[in-house]
Amino acid sequence: MFLTFLTFLPLIGAIVLAFMPKEQEGAIKQTALAFAVADFLLSLQLWADFDNTTHLMQFEFSVPWISSWGINYHVGIDGISLLLYVMTTLLTMISIIASWEVKKEIKLYMMAMLSLSTGMLGVFVALDFFLFYAFWEFQLVPMYLIIGIWGGPRRIYAAVKFFLYTAVGSLLMLVAIIWIYFHIQEATGIFTTDLMYITEHLNLDLATQKWLFMAFFLAFAIKVPMFPFHTWLPDAHVEAPTAGSVILAGVLLKMGTYGFLRFNLPLFPFACNVFLPYIAWLSIIGIIYGALVSLVQEDLKKLVAYSSVSHLGFVMLGIFAFNHYGIQGALLQNLNHGFSTGALFLLVGMIYDRRHTRLISEFGGLSKQMPKYAICFMIIALSSIGLPGTNGFVGEFLILLGIFQVNGLWAAFATSGVIFAACYILWMFQRVMFMELKNPKNANLPDLNLREMVTLVPIIILVFWIGFYPKPFLKTFEPTVAHLIKQVGPDNFKPGAQHNEHAGLIQKDEIAKLQKKLNREKENPKF
Amino acid sequence: MFHLAFLVPLFPLIGSIVNGFFGLRIGKKAVGWVACGTVAFSFLVTLLMLGQLLFTPAEERLFEQTLFTWMAAGDFNAAFGFQIDPLSMVMMMVVTGVGFLIHVYSIGYMHDEYSYYRFFAYLNLFMFSMLLLVMGNNFLMMFIGWEGVGLCSYFLIGYYFEKKSACDAGTKAFVMNRVGDFAFLLAIMYIFYLFGTIDYTEVFHAAPEKLILGAEPVTIITLLLFVGATGKSAQIPLYTWLPDAMEGPTPVSALIHAATMVTAGVYMVVRCSVLFNMAPFSMSVVAFIGGGTAIFAATIGMTQFDIKRVLAYSTVSQIGYMFLACGVGAYTAAIFHLVTHAFFKACLFLGSGSVIHGLHGEQDMRKMGDLKKHQPVTYITFLISTLAIAGIFPLSGFFSKDEILYHALMDGNTILWGMGVTGALLTAFYMFRLVFMTFWGESRVDPHVHPHESPKVMTLPLVILAGLAAFGGLLGIPLVHGWHALHNWLEPVLHFDMASTLEHSKHLLHEVGRHAPHWEALLIEPEENIWIEISLMLLSLTVALTGIAGAYFCYVKKPGLPDELIKGQWGYDLVKNKYEVDEFYDATFVEPTIQGSLLLWKKGDAQGIDGAVNGVAQILGWCGQQARVVQSGFVRNYALFMVLGFIMLLFIMFF
Repeated sequence: MFLTFLTFLPLIGAIVLAFMPKEQEGAIKQTALAFAVADFLLSLQLWADFDNTTHLMQFEFSVPWISSWGINYHVGIDGISLLLYVMTTLLTMISIIASWEVKKEIKLYMMAMLSLSTGMLGVFVALDFFLFYAFWEFQLVPMYLIIGIWGGPRRIYAAVKFFLYTAVGSLLMLVAIIWIYFHIQEATGIFTTDLMYITEHLNLDLATQKWLFMAFFLAFAIKVPMFPFHTWLPDAHVEAPTAGSVILAGVLLKMGTYGFLRFNLPLFPFACNVFLPYIAWLSIIGIIYGALVSLVQEDLKKLVAYSSVSHLGFVMLGIFAFNHYGIQGALLQNLNHGFSTGALFLLVGMIYDRRHTRLISEFGGLSKQMPKYAICFMIIALSSIGLPGTNGFVGEFLILLGIFQVNGLWAAFATSGVIFAACYILWMFQRVMFMELKNPKNANLPDLNLREMVTLVPIIILVFWIGFYPKPFLKTFEPTVAHLIKQVGPDNFKPGAQHNEHAGLIQKDEIAKLQKKLNREKENPKF
Repeated sequence: MFHLAFLVPLFPLIGSIVNGFFGLRIGKKAVGWVACGTVAFSFLVTLLMLGQLLFTPAEERLFEQTLFTWMAAGDFNAAFGFQIDPLSMVMMMVVTGVGFLIHVYSIGYMHDEYSYYRFFAYLNLFMFSMLLLVMGNNFLMMFIGWEGVGLCSYFLIGYYFEKKSACDAGTKAFVMNRVGDFAFLLAIMYIFYLFGTIDYTEVFHAAPEKLILGAEPVTIITLLLFVGATGKSAQIPLYTWLPDAMEGPTPVSALIHAATMVTAGVYMVVRCSVLFNMAPFSMSVVAFIGGGTAIFAATIGMTQFDIKRVLAYSTVSQIGYMFLACGVGAYTAAIFHLVTHAFFKACLFLGSGSVIHGLHGEQDMRKMGDLKKHQPVTYITFLISTLAIAGIFPLSGFFSKDEILYHALMDGNTILWGMGVTGALLTAFYMFRLVFMTFWGESRVDPHVHPHESPKVMTLPLVILAGLAAFGGLLGIPLVHGWHALHNWLEPVLHFDMASTLEHSKHLLHEVGRHAPHWEALLIEPEENIWIEISLMLLSLTVALTGIAGAYFCYVKKPGLPDELIKGQWGYDLVKNKYEVDEFYDATFVEPTIQGSLLLWKKGDAQGIDGAVNGVAQILGWCGQQARVVQSGFVRNYALFMVLGFIMLLFIMFF
């Protein structure tokens, strides 16, 4: 119940806001913030109560919803979702503080923000296919509105592109879900959309796994976004208001990587191993491509947006390493990207508020004028390029370590991303913050105010905390990841024990072939 | 005492935080005290530990301290831990000792700067990172320090951030270092892949048993490590950032870009000596890159007129010597030269800073001359250090350089030795060219500038460093067996049993059914021959004196001569333009990357992928447009369609 309460608390807030008079802007903002803060603090309780010795779902809650179709309202949290959940509540809170100066339709805006929060939280806790899909689609609407109403000049194009891109992806996923629904009924005789049940009982042959994998892949890959499905991202980011970008980069993209971990890996382990090289190469292309394109951006926000493509490439690579280092690194990098890229968008938003432009060429020499801003920006920039001692390094290193165990060449290509990251971030930083202040419009910019500091300081603390002592974070992942690795590993290709003869068997020779290949790699003498 | 190890890096960190946050409020004097005081404390703790280490039996001189687990995932475990052993102790002494002197000097040198506190905050942060680098007990700890010093170097090169050239130099330094770091990271991953650990003790213990001598894995690891070292230590091909790094304030050049950070690569190679010993191919790469860099940078040094740039190229060249030593297996000589170089090069840089300070910022040697009158202390200390670097008996450089040359001949080959001797000749020449142009001859100083000697707070460190540069050679007395203190000191760290490693490798190869190559040559220890050593000493002394005489002739006796000689010589122009390497890199790496990226963005993203996406939308839109024709709103059309449909139905039903 607690988890349900937490998930719907923002929505309750949105409903409360609906009944408030439009004119009382101050009260509306305070109420929204109060709900967001409460949600964040309570979600910390969730972390405190979390038992990080088991991979089982915790805070589980399940009631029949549409019982004639076997649909349950089933929520729960494990090591994969816990910290994403907490990060979502934190970023929602920060986004609301960052939106304090929004002028247009503030009531509607805050309602959209809060309901967006519920949608995202729901995605991370839903343990029922139908419920998951409902939340997945639900959060699109407020995001669409946030871009479309409060966005920049090309907001309509961006909003429609965002909506269509993601909707197309999720439609195929819906088809796949329905297929699984009927398949599981055929195999076990039970109508259900319960994810836990299906994960345990689904047993498919390779060909089917491949098809289903691809359907889910498209939905999640667009969300991540993986190269070449990323072109909605720069447009959406450039047009979205600051808080929209923070949420978009911080949380929405993570729904894609979360989807891979929650669905693709445990449900289609065989297909995962087969598709591994393709996904690895796409991720590597994403890492390098995103970094290179970032290098030549003229608009700060676009630069950060493309850097997300690069960072998320790392996350995907880590997930598909199928080992402890890779997946734990990927989970941590999920959070890191949420914090540092979220903060980068906040920082870009702050000078946009002052100057109403984001063109790099308009700036230069700001650090003398805005020393506090310069320091915060520097710290976040360093976290983004993964300097040791900041959060980015821990995540990236574990991911690279993970993928190195699979293939040294991939690791080498992916590692080259750290060079390009230094190039685009430092070159941008130099042109914006250093050198002479030439543009007279920048001569009197005020430094950060208290409200802006409040949005950045928690993130900066996290940057160093995760950078120097990531143990509390990594520990929550450990058992779940161990279980996941078992699920996706070669041992799991055997036909399941509880398996029904109607379900398609994995061909014996297929198993043998892949197992042999994987074992050979494992036992190969290392020298 | 050893359990206090963590205090050594902690003090500068505290200093950095205090100065960084409260520097503006507590005032310049306090900032100086905090910065120097914290480093002094680190030095004292280091001294105490040195004392204890001296009283520990040689084979037990290894102490490890783990503060906490930094990263852990699965069976991967990186500790935040320190290791005190003879090698790290040498480095700690150099870093804290020379570092302290340079901190003191900076109080005077940076006195008129507005953001004085910022400078000291960075400098202390650098000390912290550098100490992590040399004190860490695993590869990842070294890597934190490694990137940390790179970051501080970036900050300090770009200290005058309003100057575009300074910013460019900072970014260039960081990016080029990252290229090296990329290789270093891969090496760490490979090491973990092979050994399942990244702890020094465990890796170096397991290496002779697990790896095959000269096989690919150990060769690849050592080459990757060495690429990392070339980035940090400014060797070919990643050296071009160091001369540009002279944009930073001079104490930074002395501390970071001469005495400590740039020698981190040498430390790393010596630390991994076990691995390098097992990879003969990598060793020759190290030796030839080192020797090549030593000559290459020295030739450029002969043609530069910026006093700091000459010293920068000299640093690149001297570090080349250290790698040459590593490459022929003379690790002790490498560390010996590292230490003496830290003394004399720090003194030279600080001396050049004193000159620049006295001339109110002038760095061009063509506008100096006859300064020995005005700056006697600077001149004397500078001269001592120059004699040291040129290798004149009995100053420190003579001993360390000779040891390298001796080993290059005995353990390496004549080509390497020849490179070393040529480098020595060039070094003596360009260093005395610098001395003569700056301190001798006629004054070419701008008449409005009145040169003056620097304050005591600056000259005192100069005197101490000059003293160290003069007597540092005592650390490694040659010829007499057992008198080489540094050799005895480092013996437990560098000890390597080649014979048993060979046996192991043979065994491993035998298991997989392969024959061992002829490795017997590796076992031959060259006999120590005192006469060869003495004659080499005499020879290199002659070479150094020749260089000095040449410089005297060209720049004191006949000052017009060099200009006549070089007139119209394309070779000279090439060298003076630093062999156009920067231009070459710009044309081959920087420009194509930017142009390619633009292409990817404008063509790949905007036209390619988005073109496809928008194309799909357009096709759908077009289909919609076609379908609209049907829904025209005219009843007669609808009626027509109904009739047509009815006819079709009839056809389907009846045929």
